[in-house]
Amino acid sequence: METLLAILVGILYTAGFYMLLRRSILKFIIGIIFLSNATNLLVFLSAGLVAGSPAFIKDGNMQAEKTADPLPQALVLTAIVIGLGILVFTLALKYKYFEVTGTDDLDQLKKTDD
Amino acid sequence: MTAVALPILIPFVLIISLLFVKSVRWARVIAIAGSTVLLCVSVYLFIRLGSEKVITLNAGGWPSPAGITLVVDYLSALMLITASVLLLTISIYSVRFLSVSFDRPKFYLFFFSLAMGLNGSFITGDVFNLYVWFEVMLMSSFVLIAMGSRKEQLEGSIKYLALNLTGSMLFLAGIGLLYGKTGTLNMAHLAEILKNDDQAMLMNTTAMLFFVAFGIKAALFPLFFWLPASYHTPDITVTSLFAGLLTKVGVYAFIRFFTLFFVQDQVFWHNLLLITAGFTMLTGGMSASAHYETRRILSYHIISQIGYMVMGLGIFTPLALAGAIFFTIHNMIAKTNTFLISGIISKMKGTFYLKDIGGLYKQNPFLAVLFIIPAFALAGIPPLSGFFGKFMLIKAGLEDKHYVITTVAVFTGILTLYSMIKIWNEAFLKKQPDNAFNQSGKIKTGFIEVLPSVILGLVSILMGLFAATVFQYTLEAANQLIDPTIYIEKVLHTLKQ
Amino acid sequence: MNTVILKIASRYVRGLLIIFAVIALLRGHNFPGGGFIGGLLAGLSVAFKGYTFGIAYLKKHMSIMPEWFIISGLVMILFSAIPAFLNKTGFMTGEWYKITLPLAGELKLGTPLIFDFGIFLAIIGITIIFLFSLTEKE
Repeated sequence: METLLAILVGILYTAGFYMLLRRSILKFIIGIIFLSNATNLLVFLSAGLVAGSPAFIKDGNMQAEKTADPLPQALVLTAIVIGLGILVFTLALKYKYFEVTGTDDLDQLKKTDD
Repeated sequence: MTAVALPILIPFVLIISLLFVKSVRWARVIAIAGSTVLLCVSVYLFIRLGSEKVITLNAGGWPSPAGITLVVDYLSALMLITASVLLLTISIYSVRFLSVSFDRPKFYLFFFSLAMGLNGSFITGDVFNLYVWFEVMLMSSFVLIAMGSRKEQLEGSIKYLALNLTGSMLFLAGIGLLYGKTGTLNMAHLAEILKNDDQAMLMNTTAMLFFVAFGIKAALFPLFFWLPASYHTPDITVTSLFAGLLTKVGVYAFIRFFTLFFVQDQVFWHNLLLITAGFTMLTGGMSASAHYETRRILSYHIISQIGYMVMGLGIFTPLALAGAIFFTIHNMIAKTNTFLISGIISKMKGTFYLKDIGGLYKQNPFLAVLFIIPAFALAGIPPLSGFFGKFMLIKAGLEDKHYVITTVAVFTGILTLYSMIKIWNEAFLKKQPDNAFNQSGKIKTGFIEVLPSVILGLVSILMGLFAATVFQYTLEAANQLIDPTIYIEKVLHTLKQ
Repeated sequence: MNTVILKIASRYVRGLLIIFAVIALLRGHNFPGGGFIGGLLAGLSVAFKGYTFGIAYLKKHMSIMPEWFIISGLVMILFSAIPAFLNKTGFMTGEWYKITLPLAGELKLGTPLIFDFGIFLAIIGITIIFLFSLTEKE
C-alpha cells in the first residue's frame, strides 16, 4: 500500500508542477491543489501506514505496536487547514485580478519585471 | 519561563484588540504602543539570557521532545530585538505614509499577524512549528502585498504567491521526510539523533528540500526572481516592512538548520552555500547597478546582501558566523531605512524614477544627511555599522583561505557603493529635470515623517561606534551555534533539573 | 435555486448539521472531531442556507456579522490560555475541572474545550467570509 501511495505522490507532484507551468491562472491554482495534496499525502505516509488501528488508545489498553503514530496525522490536519486558507486566498486573488484586468492569461503578467 | 511566549502572545492580543477598532487614530496608537511593548519584552529576554544562556518553555506543559518547545538563545534574541525595532519604526512611519486608499485598521491587523509569525519563527524550537509560523507570516504578507488591489500590485502578488507557495510545499515535504527518517521534529532532539547517526549522509536529499525552500524565502541566487518582480509594487510602507524582515527569516532558518542538525556532510553543504552566496551577491549587485528606479535598485540590493549572510554561514567559523549575524542585524536596519527614505523622496517628488527627480540636496539638506547614513552603512564606509559586518566576513574568509568568495564580496561592495552613489547623484546632487513630475517642495518633512529614519540612522551609527560590544554578543551567538551543546541540554533536559 | 422541496428540506438538514457540528465539537478531545471539523459543519449549514435562498438574501438577513464570530472565537482562545497562566503550569497547559451535574453525572470541563469552542466560532466566521467573498457579486 505504501508503494502504491508513494507512486501516487509522485504522480500528483508531476501533475502539480505541470499545471503550475500552464498559462491560465485557474490551471495554476489547480496545480497548487495537486501540490498541496501530494505534500500532505507525503507527510501522512512518513510514519508508515498501520492498517485498522487508530491513533487513539483507551485508558489502560496499551498495545504500543498496534497503534498508528498520531503525530503525522496531526501534522497533516494542520497542513490541510493551512492549505485551505491559502487556496481560498489564491482564488480570491484570482477573482480580483480577473475583475481588474479581465484576463486569465499568465502571459499578460509581464509588466512588473523588466 | 512564561515570558518566552510573550513575543507571540502580545501580537495576538493586539490583533484581537485591533479587530474592535474602527478608527485609524486608535489603530495607530495601538500599533505604536504595541510595538514598543514588544521591544521591551525582547530586550528583557535578551537581558535574561545573560544569566541563563538559553531560555526554554515547554508549551502546553508537554515534556520536551513530545511537545513544542519555545527556545530563546542569543541568535533568536538578537533577531527579536532587531525585528521589534523595525516594527516600531515602521508603525511610526505608517502614520504619515500609509496609503489613504487602504483599509488602514486592517493594515495594522495584518501588520501584527506578520509580527506574530515572525516572532514565532524566531523563538520556536520545533521544525513543524516553524513551518506553521512561516505560513502565518506568509499569509499576512499575501494580504499586505495585495492590499489596495491596483493592477500591477495584483500581478506582483501573484508572482510572489506562486514561488513562495512552492517553497512552502517543499518545506513541508522536507518535514515529512525528516520525520520519516528520524521520528522527531524537535530541533534539539534532531541534533542529538543525527549526531550519532552513521548513515547521516542520507539526510542530504531531505536537506536539499529545506535548502530550496529556505532559498526561495531568503531569495538566494537561482530562486530569487519573485523578489524584484513584486517588491516594488505595493505601498512603500509594506515594501519597507517586507524588505527588512521577510527574507531575513529565511536566512535565520538557514543558520538555524545548517548549524544545529544538518552538519553531517559539511564539505558539500558549505561549498554549495558559498557558491550560491557568491552568485547571489554578484547577480544582485550587478542588477542593482543597471536600474534607475529606487525601489528596484534597493530590492536587488536585498538579494546581493543576502549573499553576504549566507557566505558567513558557508565559511562556518565563529568569526564568520558572528560576522553574518552582525551583518544581518545591520542590514535589516539600514535596508529598511533606505526604503523609508525612498518613500519620503517619492512623496516629495511624486515618483520613484531617478531620472525624474533631482535637486533634493538643495531643497532638503537634512534628508540628504538621513540618506547618506544608511547608504554609506550599506556600502561599508568605516565608522558605520556595515563596515564592521563586511570586515568580519572578509577577515574570516581570508583566515579560512576562501579567496574567491572574499574577492567576490569585496567586488560586490564596490558595486553597492556604485549604486548608492548613483542614487545620491541622481536624486540629491543633479538639478531637478523639467518635466511633469516637477512638484518640488510640496511636502515638508516634519518631525513625524523623519523620526523613523532618525531612529534607524542613530541605530546604524551606534552599532558602528559600539561595534565591539555588539560583536561580543554576536560572537556569543555564533559560539552557541557552533557548539550547540547548551542548546540541546537546555531543551531536552529542562524537566530533570 | 428556487424550489420548494429544497427550501423545506434545507430547514431540517440545517438543523441536523448544527446538531452534528455540536456533537463533533464536544467529542473532539479524545476522538475524531473537534473545533475545526465542528466549525466547518456549522459553516456548511450557513452555506446551505445561502445556496437555497441566495447569497444576497443571506447577506441581508445575517443577524450576527461573520466578523463577530471570528472576534469572539479569538477572544475565547485567549481566555483558554489564562488559567494556565495564573496557575504557572506553563504556557497554554490544559487545565481540567470536574463538575457533577444532577442528571448527566460527572462532567469534565477544561480549557481545551474552551479553546476548541473558540476555534469552532472562528471557523464558522471564516467559512461565511469565504462564502461571501468568493461567490458572485450582485
